[in-house]
Amino acid sequence: MNIHEYQAKELFEKFGVATPKGVAVSSAQDFEAALNKINTSAGIMVKSQIHAGGRGKGTFTNGFKGGVKFSPTKEKAIENAKAMLGNTLVTAQTGPEGRKVQTLYFTEAANLGKRPDGRDDEYYLAILLDRATSCPVIVASTEGGVEIEHVADHTPEKIFKVQIDPAVGIQAYQARQIAFALGFTGELFKQCVALVTKLYQFYWDKDCAMVEVNPLLVTQEGKLLALDAKVSFDDNALFRHPDIVALRDLNEEDHKEIEASKFGLSYIALDGNIACLVNGAGLAMSTMDIIQHFGGSPANFLDVGGGASKEQVTAAFKIILGDANVKGIMVNIFGGIMDCNVIATGIVEAVKETGLKLPLVVRLEGNNVEAGKATLANSGLTIVSGDTMADAAQKIVKFVNQK
Amino acid sequence: MSILVHEKTRVLVQGITGDFGGRHARLSIDYGSQIVAGVTPGKGGQVFEHNGVKVPIFNTVAEAAKQTGATVSAIFVPPPFAADAILECFDADLDLAVAITEGIPVRDMVRAKRAMQGRRTRLIGPNCPGVVTPGRGDKSHGGCRIGIAPGYIHKRGKVGVVSRSGTLTYEAVWQLTCKGHGQSTCVGIGGDPVNGTSHLDVIKLFNEDPETEAIIMIGEIGGSAEVEAARWIKAHCKKPVAGFIAGATAPAGRRMGHAGAVIGGAEDTAEAKIKIFQECGISVAATPSDMADALLRVWRG
Repeated sequence: MNIHEYQAKELFEKFGVATPKGVAVSSAQDFEAALNKINTSAGIMVKSQIHAGGRGKGTFTNGFKGGVKFSPTKEKAIENAKAMLGNTLVTAQTGPEGRKVQTLYFTEAANLGKRPDGRDDEYYLAILLDRATSCPVIVASTEGGVEIEHVADHTPEKIFKVQIDPAVGIQAYQARQIAFALGFTGELFKQCVALVTKLYQFYWDKDCAMVEVNPLLVTQEGKLLALDAKVSFDDNALFRHPDIVALRDLNEEDHKEIEASKFGLSYIALDGNIACLVNGAGLAMSTMDIIQHFGGSPANFLDVGGGASKEQVTAAFKIILGDANVKGIMVNIFGGIMDCNVIATGIVEAVKETGLKLPLVVRLEGNNVEAGKATLANSGLTIVSGDTMADAAQKIVKFVNQK
Repeated sequence: MSILVHEKTRVLVQGITGDFGGRHARLSIDYGSQIVAGVTPGKGGQVFEHNGVKVPIFNTVAEAAKQTGATVSAIFVPPPFAADAILECFDADLDLAVAITEGIPVRDMVRAKRAMQGRRTRLIGPNCPGVVTPGRGDKSHGGCRIGIAPGYIHKRGKVGVVSRSGTLTYEAVWQLTCKGHGQSTCVGIGGDPVNGTSHLDVIKLFNEDPETEAIIMIGEIGGSAEVEAARWIKAHCKKPVAGFIAGATAPAGRRMGHAGAVIGGAEDTAEAKIKIFQECGISVAATPSDMADALLRVWRG
């Protein structure tokens, strides 16, 4: 689960990680009052709150450029805010349809410190799971304010990593290693050690999947601040964090994916035209692959889990049919333990209930498969059977491409 | 021989009194596996009965192992309590813990995996279909089935199968069986980012197992476990290997059902992994329908 920047920063503050002071607003009426709550003497940052990255370089569909704007005065901040709130922001990560900005974040602009070479004094800090070692890893770099992938490609020697032993947690020497690697001395060194330690505590205590601070910056006043904050949480651990669940913003999620999750379905929309309905994540992924292999284009990932009941299949068909691009459906079920005839009956009923008109190819395999195939064949519906995954994929691709 | 488990392996089931654990304990008993104990804290002394087989229930894993000689546990405990169940197996010094549970918090698994160091217990999973060593009876009856795989699709034979995914494993097993080729042992290592046993661990076991003559390795996007295994195979493996990687069409950064199946960087895409498989001499299946045939291109049976 992802949260907004302003929510992440509120959590940072609770854990003692310093951020620029800010106020979130979701109505133009509140702009004035919000700006009065912060110190605007050095100017204000007006920041669109959407989950996708690349906001600063994004463009609104109304032509306004920039989802993050420095505003020297309150008047300018309100002008910028009015151009953003309620409008749709398109960034490199949102896709062409963009994301509607429903909340803005006003923050006190920081006086950026400068390095001897004149560049802004910005750093990078992140904590995530290192899959190779199954341990948390802290990633730090002196090159902040740019994408870390870019740093990794061009100057990998400027990325520093510290692996944390989960049995004992972060140690003081490890926080010092990072502060040394970033080149801090004196008061800033102490601030960095404290910030890294507290950020790790936050990552661990709240079951984060990833915490990323980019940039972490030094102000002219010599203060270390998390200027941006990107946080995601482990979905499997949300049961023990009701405070985090309360931060979920359903506006930022695909409504079809939310609907699917209510029926225990795992659904991800893609941009093709052949929908698929499969049991098991690995089989679902490879069903998408095989559709593409035979010249088709998958419209979604959909895993119905182990069950594939009539209710689930009906719900799945309704979700699939909500996608106007879909021109055909491939069902791929390996009914290892489930009775294929029960699944086939569920499919037939779901087709009747949803009034499905699109080509439907069903590949059933496993327990009692002959009875299942007979149920499909005798249903009076135009359901085509595929003998293998390859056969079913070729058939549905042919149907869809004929049109 | 087989790897990890064999026909006589004595198995206990943690969570046998739950719907999920109970259903699969019954199926394992029907398959002829030696389900000798159940563990549910607070229900010690009760008996789980199915088709005339009486399985005593114990409060703790240690007690169950001591009283029944069970050496392997099948874990069906709900996610919030599953890591605790895994740790209890380490403490009881079992040979093997197979965690079927899906949805265990990553932090819990990070801790459990750390606690596993220096212990003799091997962990398979979590979020996995389990382990099957097929039996020699009709429809492979009499084998050791730990987990949720359909038993009857198997056939005892010479191919080792290792995969992260359940249904893809069944797909490969069924293709083999339909073509007359049996399996030595089938291992589902699970779809989570932190798991107890890697592809490479299982490949090494197959490489040493005299009964296993050939191997099918099924992987997916995310992480570098398949790549690590492929490089080892190139350098050390004595047996022919076929491979398949799921997720060629998955968009970057999205979690595809399995928590571990997220494309992170350039090296963990399906395309990159397939290329490395080919460089390492693994016969790559172009589609999931082609897994058994990919093996038969490099192994005559």
